[in-house]
Amino acid sequence: MNTHNGGRGRIEVRDVGVMFESRGAAVIAVDGVSLTVEPGEFVSLIGPSGCGKSTLLNIVAGFVQPTSGETLLDGKLISRPGSDRGVVFQQYSLFPWLTVRKNVEFGLKMQGVPGSKRETSARTLLGLAGLLSFENHYPDQLSGGMKQRVGIVRALATSPQVLLMDEPFGALDAQTRVVMQEILTNIWQKFRLSVLFVTHDIDESIFLSDKIFVMTARPGRIKAEIQVDLPRPRKPEMTTTPEFVELTQRLRALIREESLSAMGGELKDGGLGGFGMEVGPSGVGAVM
Amino acid sequence: MAAVIPLASSAAGAPVGAAPPPPAAADPAAATAAERARAWMWARRRRAAGSGLLWALSILGLLAFWFVCTRYRLEFYMRFTNVPTPADVLQKLVEVNHSTKFITNVWISVRRILTGFGIAILLAVPLGVLIGRYRTVRDLLMPAAEILRPIPAIAWVPMSIMLWPTNEVSIVFITFLGSFFPILLNTVHGVTTLDPVLVRAARCLGASEAQLFRAVILPGVMPQIFTGLAVGIGVAWVSLIAAEMISGQFGVGYFTWEAYSLVNYAEIALGMITIGMLGLVCSGVIRVVGNLVMPWRAHSAGGNR
Ligand SMILES: Nc1ncnc2c1ncn2[C@@H]1O[C@H](COP(=O)(O)OP(=O)(O)OP(=O)(O)O)[C@@H](O)[C@H]1O
Ligand SMILES: [Mg+2]
Repeated sequence: MNTHNGGRGRIEVRDVGVMFESRGAAVIAVDGVSLTVEPGEFVSLIGPSGCGKSTLLNIVAGFVQPTSGETLLDGKLISRPGSDRGVVFQQYSLFPWLTVRKNVEFGLKMQGVPGSKRETSARTLLGLAGLLSFENHYPDQLSGGMKQRVGIVRALATSPQVLLMDEPFGALDAQTRVVMQEILTNIWQKFRLSVLFVTHDIDESIFLSDKIFVMTARPGRIKAEIQVDLPRPRKPEMTTTPEFVELTQRLRALIREESLSAMGGELKDGGLGGFGMEVGPSGVGAVM
Repeated sequence: MAAVIPLASSAAGAPVGAAPPPPAAADPAAATAAERARAWMWARRRRAAGSGLLWALSILGLLAFWFVCTRYRLEFYMRFTNVPTPADVLQKLVEVNHSTKFITNVWISVRRILTGFGIAILLAVPLGVLIGRYRTVRDLLMPAAEILRPIPAIAWVPMSIMLWPTNEVSIVFITFLGSFFPILLNTVHGVTTLDPVLVRAARCLGASEAQLFRAVILPGVMPQIFTGLAVGIGVAWVSLIAAEMISGQFGVGYFTWEAYSLVNYAEIALGMITIGMLGLVCSGVIRVVGNLVMPWRAHSAGGNR
């Protein structure tokens, strides 16, 4: 249903494996992962901490090279970062020395787009995100939610085919988060791009996605692929519908399994240190 | 503007009967947001004025101490018997300006600073950026830099005289050396501590390596560069004055040392004060330029504590 941007922005991860060196030993971070994001599709990646979600996203972004396998964007091998893939980071990543508008213009400036044209498109985008009155502020003068909105808008300015987001709302409070999720769905529907979205938050992944990949604990593999067939546009009220609740429970069960196995592994290594306290009555899933 | 809003809301919630604030309007609860904002601005200005008063007090205190010690020729463990009074120095200032000799000396020192410090900036900043960015350059240059760095610029005076064809060049070289390392090391530190997420963000926004330097690394290390400049200009003056005293012809350092040889007490003090003033002006210029170049810093936290 979401192949609407002329078939551009197809991400293909083929049998990707990543190893890191840790204290002289090779650690398999990601093992044999294959996944596809169809053009215009919103796909979430969810899994226990340390399972390699960021690593996978960084491979698609071109920051990390896989040890084995390959990643393709529209059939072309990804080997380095480029403005065809917008990235929104978990940490605030605005350039502190640039005003909000200049931050948004950054990508266009790198492409050599003339100033007046840059300004026009930056102001249009900022208007969409409700930030036009802050165009001349510096990042330090913005709230966390505003900074992340600017971050999203900045990534969109170069008209990328895909948007890669690594827990972009992780640092925000619950209320701001919900608002940001709505803003993001609106933006996504307007721009018709493919999104690969990393999150810890089950509700967030269901609310936003067409498809959710659940990853296993380290080494990260794909444990399950879950289709979310809730109608669009998504509304906050939907989170209480039976379909939504059912999906939540399914995901929670899958992730609880993985978190427990991840912790079990650590327990055997004797490295747990007070972690058990966080496994409350609502289960490990709630901790995540 | 941001400050007006919380004030306005606190005005609405202010208890009417409670002890009225000092700049009491007839009815504090009725005060409009604009009035509140004005009162707040006044309070700020008063605080700024208070701060200015302390500044004046600090300088006056120093002058008063000098005056009392020299006017009454105090002798405890220190001896102020031969130290000139402020009036002596003021009179000397007028006197030395009868000819152009003094002002020429000042100008020569300033010229040496500008040349040495300028060359230091031009070399240390690009070098620091390259060292910070590329491991190979770092491994190649940092060991040598670490060996040369602990040698104080003054210790270079004899070597410098041997190395360079003229005295003038060797003094400029000493000045350069003094400021080079603080600028270099601060720049390197700035690059290595630059948030890697900013570099990544620039990369995926399509920045080439060259654009990265220009658009991210340089502005990103600007605060550390200016820290380096502030430290560097101080060391540059120290080195210059020492070099002028040892090997000099001309310059404020030479003027001061010559005054000592000629037992001209007032000129010694005048030389010292001139050096202090020049250093102050240089630091001030660097601060002002820093604020102009980094307007975003005005909004960062940590202004008035
Ligand atoms: N540069 C690196 N060097 C060594 N090990 C690394 C490196 N980057 C990641 N790892 C390891 O690879 C594994 C996967 O890391 P990654 O950051 O992708 O996990 P994640 O799923 O994003 O976790 P989280 O949810 O906590 O962000 C982790 O065990 C981590 O320790
Ligand atoms: Mg991560």
